[in-house]
Amino acid sequence: MLLGVGITFVAFVLTHLVPGDPAAANLGQRAIADPAAVAAFRAHYGLDKPLPQQYLIYVANLAHGDFGESQQSHRPVRDDLAEYVPATLELSSTAIAISLVFGIGLGVTAAMNRDRVVDQVLRVITLAGVSMPTFWLALVALYIVFFKLGWAPSGGRLDPGQLPDGHVTGFYTIDALLAGDWPTFTSAVAHILLPASVLALYTVSLLTRFTRASVLEVLGNDYIRAARAKGLPERIVIVRHILRAALVPVITVAGVAFGSLLTGTVLVETIFAWPGIGQYAYRSATNLDLPAIMGVSLFVAVVYITVNFAVDLLYGIIDPRIRVG
Amino acid sequence: MSALLVLDGLSVWLPSREGQVAVVDHIDLEVQPGEVVGVAGESGSGKTMTALALLGLLPPHAVTEGRAVFGDRDLLKINRRELRHLRGRDIGMVFQDPMTSLHPMLTIERQLTEHVRYHRGVSRAEARRDAITMLEEVRIPDPAGALNAYPHQFSGGMRQRIAIAIALACSPQLLIADEPTTAVDVTVQAGILRLFNRLRERSSLSIMFITHDLGVMASIADRLYIFYAGRVVESGPTGDLLTRPRHPYTRGLLDALPHPEGEPMPLRPIAGAPPAPAARPPGCPFHPRCPYMLASCAVDVPTLEPIGGGRRLACPVDPLREAS
Amino acid sequence: MSLPLALPRQLSRQQRSGLSSAWRQPLALAGIAIVVSWILLAILAPLIVRGDPLAQDFPRFLPPSPQHWFGTDGVGRDVLTRTIYGARISIPLALLLVSLSLLTGSLLGALAGYFGGLVDELVMRAADLVFAFPTLILAMAVLAALGPGLQNAVLAIVVVAWPAYARVVRGLVMSTRGADYVNATRLLGASARRALVIDVLPNVAGPVLVLATLDLGAAILLLSGLSFLGLGARPPAPEWGSMIATGAQTFNFWWVGTFPGLAILTVVLGFNFLGDTLRDALDPRTSRDIRQRVL
Repeated sequence: MLLGVGITFVAFVLTHLVPGDPAAANLGQRAIADPAAVAAFRAHYGLDKPLPQQYLIYVANLAHGDFGESQQSHRPVRDDLAEYVPATLELSSTAIAISLVFGIGLGVTAAMNRDRVVDQVLRVITLAGVSMPTFWLALVALYIVFFKLGWAPSGGRLDPGQLPDGHVTGFYTIDALLAGDWPTFTSAVAHILLPASVLALYTVSLLTRFTRASVLEVLGNDYIRAARAKGLPERIVIVRHILRAALVPVITVAGVAFGSLLTGTVLVETIFAWPGIGQYAYRSATNLDLPAIMGVSLFVAVVYITVNFAVDLLYGIIDPRIRVG
Repeated sequence: MSALLVLDGLSVWLPSREGQVAVVDHIDLEVQPGEVVGVAGESGSGKTMTALALLGLLPPHAVTEGRAVFGDRDLLKINRRELRHLRGRDIGMVFQDPMTSLHPMLTIERQLTEHVRYHRGVSRAEARRDAITMLEEVRIPDPAGALNAYPHQFSGGMRQRIAIAIALACSPQLLIADEPTTAVDVTVQAGILRLFNRLRERSSLSIMFITHDLGVMASIADRLYIFYAGRVVESGPTGDLLTRPRHPYTRGLLDALPHPEGEPMPLRPIAGAPPAPAARPPGCPFHPRCPYMLASCAVDVPTLEPIGGGRRLACPVDPLREAS
Repeated sequence: MSLPLALPRQLSRQQRSGLSSAWRQPLALAGIAIVVSWILLAILAPLIVRGDPLAQDFPRFLPPSPQHWFGTDGVGRDVLTRTIYGARISIPLALLLVSLSLLTGSLLGALAGYFGGLVDELVMRAADLVFAFPTLILAMAVLAALGPGLQNAVLAIVVVAWPAYARVVRGLVMSTRGADYVNATRLLGASARRALVIDVLPNVAGPVLVLATLDLGAAILLLSGLSFLGLGARPPAPEWGSMIATGAQTFNFWWVGTFPGLAILTVVLGFNFLGDTLRDALDPRTSRDIRQRVL
């Protein structure tokens, strides 16, 4: 709650320190010369009131789910967000799913083969993964997979002319499945795989490295030796005993990694023409669209806090010692 | 009667900065069916490594030598799969610290039944019934409720009882107990020892009981092996060995123990410290600390020789004879 | 009796697992080699490549050739020259902004840890706030407020980067504050400030060094990302991020964007190799915050 007030305050202060005049950025050359048009613009967006009052109005509106009106699209920011958020959520949840599967799998592999060749190779690869400029990788992937090989579409969520099947979840893949629309589903999958993979590379590397460290820490425990002494097959020892204990810290990192995924969406969505809030944030930032930037920042911060809250809940499910306390 | 377990020249080598080091050095040891064999020695004397070698749970780069015949199979030669099937089913193990040897995030039911179900292929319901019986056996109050609980909800003593129940769940022929009473309170210790005694009377269970505490040994072991620096220096029936120790090291250990019932006499610690595995002296590993040392002790490694009455001794000087 | 024997051995073992062994690892060596080469390239750029990174002296879109190893771009500039000159922008700026975040964060963290109470509360709440925003989006918001440009991009990144140092330093200061040897120093009559410098600083130096090394890589990534979006360096400056943005518009001429990207990748990789081995070497003393930081 305190954090919420803090976030709205920071978002507000930051975006109101703007030296550039939003009126200038959003009105045409001719309108600038017309004082009446500028005054009307300022009055329309409440820019003529004192700053503290602007903040109070903003927060009061927020309480009603009103983020204000975008100066670019001339629509309520809430509507813009509602339009772009599902696309970003679909992209980032696909990416986090990829990250969890590969990150945990590779991390366990590295740990079980500690200091062997596999481990060394994975160490170098994952270090390269966290050193990769995402936007460059996105371009290279697009160049090779789309431009040279023609294996994937160049961007967007569906082929031109295709329409999503309703708006039940806002996830085109799931909506298409619900509608039993196979061609749209395959198209949606084909469109999401490349950007999601590019987006996931960083978090895969992150989770691989972290899972490895966590598994190694767990391996030294007596209860793992005890599990082996029971004659259980290695598969069960790894999945039930080792992973169960190693996953707790890994999930924390996965929560934090989700934040870096959202960061990545700005670059990846811009390159893959993915109509999500990353692209929206980029457009808003370059046009000094205050309500829009604040809306995106708030939304993302809320997602981030929600994810971390969910992580805390998951903790309790995995570790009974926390559940009791 | 043929022995259940025979160790014949068992050695374990571990890599270290100084090269390969023998932490267990040509151990000969036997366990008869229904017998409780005590393995005593200071920490680092190779007791635990011996136990882990039997179960194939040594660190990855360890090298073993010699034979460890269990029933009719050599545990060091059979393949990993076969060994894994012996573990938990025919050989159970109890670890030192019950606070760390139970998985903190799995229910007691899971930990008590998973290997039973795997080795015996019984149904969940049947495994659960057996588990309740096991918990009753080790005197856990409210066994049915305990199954749904997690380890942190029990005291150290209760956890060790649960760990023993887990080790015995498949009715193994041999139980290896590695310092099972060391990490629990003294008051709890007595209860755990009574439990072990009851368990062995009820079934034909053999126990390899590892501890550094000779007092505990006196109350549980039939026969005793004294380890020093990875070797057996003396072995024999517990009562005889503890009342008439023949090896200077065993004597030293006993002199270092308080005797609450006997006449008050000063405790005498053994001078010096046991050598690190990499820095063992030539000849008898005990000779630098030995008050009876002969010139040959620094050169010749004494072998374990029978000296009558089921006793064996690896020492050329016999402190008893010397004293009389 | 065995003590004098045991002691030297323990000491030597500590040394071996410490810094000296880190330098013998191939990864650390590779890291040093990469970083040193790039720093040399940055310093000696005018001596190594001919021409001006801004000069439009050549035909447009020449593919890589013996004359132009990395080809030329859309206005006839040599991509190799520009890529090497790019190091003169990214590396000094990364050093600058990491130093700024390190100083700000460490100072605030040390104050928070040492004085506790209200100071601690204020600093750490502010840090939490920054952590709640994804880095790039917060940096974009700050940049939108300050206006695009390289200088402002540096400031924006400092705003998002300082809390990591504050957390680590605060934790370390708090854990050493109560330690006996620190109390001893204070009992000997040293002032709070002196105790902080004498006893606490050495314990903090290692972990902060690891964090800073890893942060150098992250800083270069973030800076080039902002420039790619057009919020940092402005064309025609030979900045890697904006060079990639230019390359992205001319897909057929892959070399325009590929080589600056490889430059970013290698520099960042170098810093991460270094930071990773440093962290391993310092592990026993490294605070939890850094061990949990996987990058």
